[in-house]
Amino acid sequence: MTVGILIVSHSAAIATGTVELARQMAADVPLVAAGGTDDGGIGTSFEAITAGIEELADAEAVVVLCDLGSAYLTTDTALDFLDDDVRARVHVSQAPLVEGAVAAAVAAQTGGDVDAALAAAASAAGSEADASRASSPSGDGPGGAAPVSGAGPVDDVAASETVELVNESGLHARPAAEFVKTAAKFDAEVRVNGVDAKSLLAIMALALPRGASVTIEGTGADAQDAVDALVALVRSGFGE
Amino acid sequence: MALDTAWAIDWVRRTAATIDEHRAELVTLDREIGDGDHGENLDRGFRAVLEAVDAGSFDTPGAVLKVVATKLISTVGGAAGPLFGTAYLKAAQAAGDVAELDADTLVQVLTAARDGIVSRGKAAVGDKTMVDAWSPAVDAAGAAAAAGDSPEQVLAAAADAAVTGAESTDPLVAHKGRASYLGERAVGHRDPGAQSTVYILRAAVDAA
Repeated sequence: MTVGILIVSHSAAIATGTVELARQMAADVPLVAAGGTDDGGIGTSFEAITAGIEELADAEAVVVLCDLGSAYLTTDTALDFLDDDVRARVHVSQAPLVEGAVAAAVAAQTGGDVDAALAAAASAAGSEADASRASSPSGDGPGGAAPVSGAGPVDDVAASETVELVNESGLHARPAAEFVKTAAKFDAEVRVNGVDAKSLLAIMALALPRGASVTIEGTGADAQDAVDALVALVRSGFGE
Repeated sequence: MALDTAWAIDWVRRTAATIDEHRAELVTLDREIGDGDHGENLDRGFRAVLEAVDAGSFDTPGAVLKVVATKLISTVGGAAGPLFGTAYLKAAQAAGDVAELDADTLVQVLTAARDGIVSRGKAAVGDKTMVDAWSPAVDAAGAAAAAGDSPEQVLAAAADAAVTGAESTDPLVAHKGRASYLGERAVGHRDPGAQSTVYILRAAVDAA
């Protein structure tokens, strides 16, 4: 399932910049910018949005992220003019543009379907603290919501290891994306310092610098493999 | 004059002229509580509409309204494009292929326009938007038609009510659009979309 992403902004620079930013972490996801008016001014373009959806015709689903009011209005209007079968493939996210685009793109890059991309974008909607909370499973889910520090070990952790971040920039955007991509390869529920290891925003919200301790815990059939792979990734310094 | 195709074309011409004339005023209103582009955007939109109307030939008022809709949607660039564009599109659908609008059809056209704006922008009366001008206009048109007024009188009733409606936005805090970021600072300023609605409806009266 391929998910394409359309960035609708009042500003061509914001739209293309957001596409560049997201592409850095999601090289294989089709990303299209529809920013500014047709004559290069500030505003949103019905034509550019329609053309952008057309450009993403090969994607099985399209997630649209918008910046401000009229970006949504123009997008909604453009959708009204599409054939029903095309219209059904297009989903407008209410998430904030930059964070939502990055989160949706990483979700799509790691094999997520359109629902996963929309959910990832939605998890960017709150503050960073809200995002990490939203990404945690509910208290009755596997692994529980108990934080690792202070609350003691979680009973059903099948594999756990603590390593030190050795790379220069710590767990910033690119390494965090690498981390999420690796975690997503496993079925196991994986948590890093208490947050969902498959949530880019939750990991970035941890803002872990070089030298920080990273505790990786996994539950589920391939938990040990997942923890081993992630520990190896951290120790490798993410190629920096 | 009957509200026929010639009226619809004259309405477009008069709208383009009045928006051009009031461009600076609309820019100023929008600069006070928005992003300052309403006058320029609408002027650009109606210039494009005028070109398309001059270039085409039309059999019904509905056909004219439909061209207005598509041109505004594709050229305005701000929120007014999809909002007014949807209004004209729904109005065109309500007008259907009748050769001239009678009073009841006119009420349906105005109601469809207002409903299109509401469904597109999700604004209600009191949110300090163009809906504050459109809704009383539709109500007044309905009352005039029910009282047996002529189409011209129905149109005049709508335009007069829009003026009062636009004025009613002055003391409001905005709940939609860019002005909603301003909170109390929007109080004392008229909503530019409500004001341009007044000019559009007044142009319709002048053409009749």
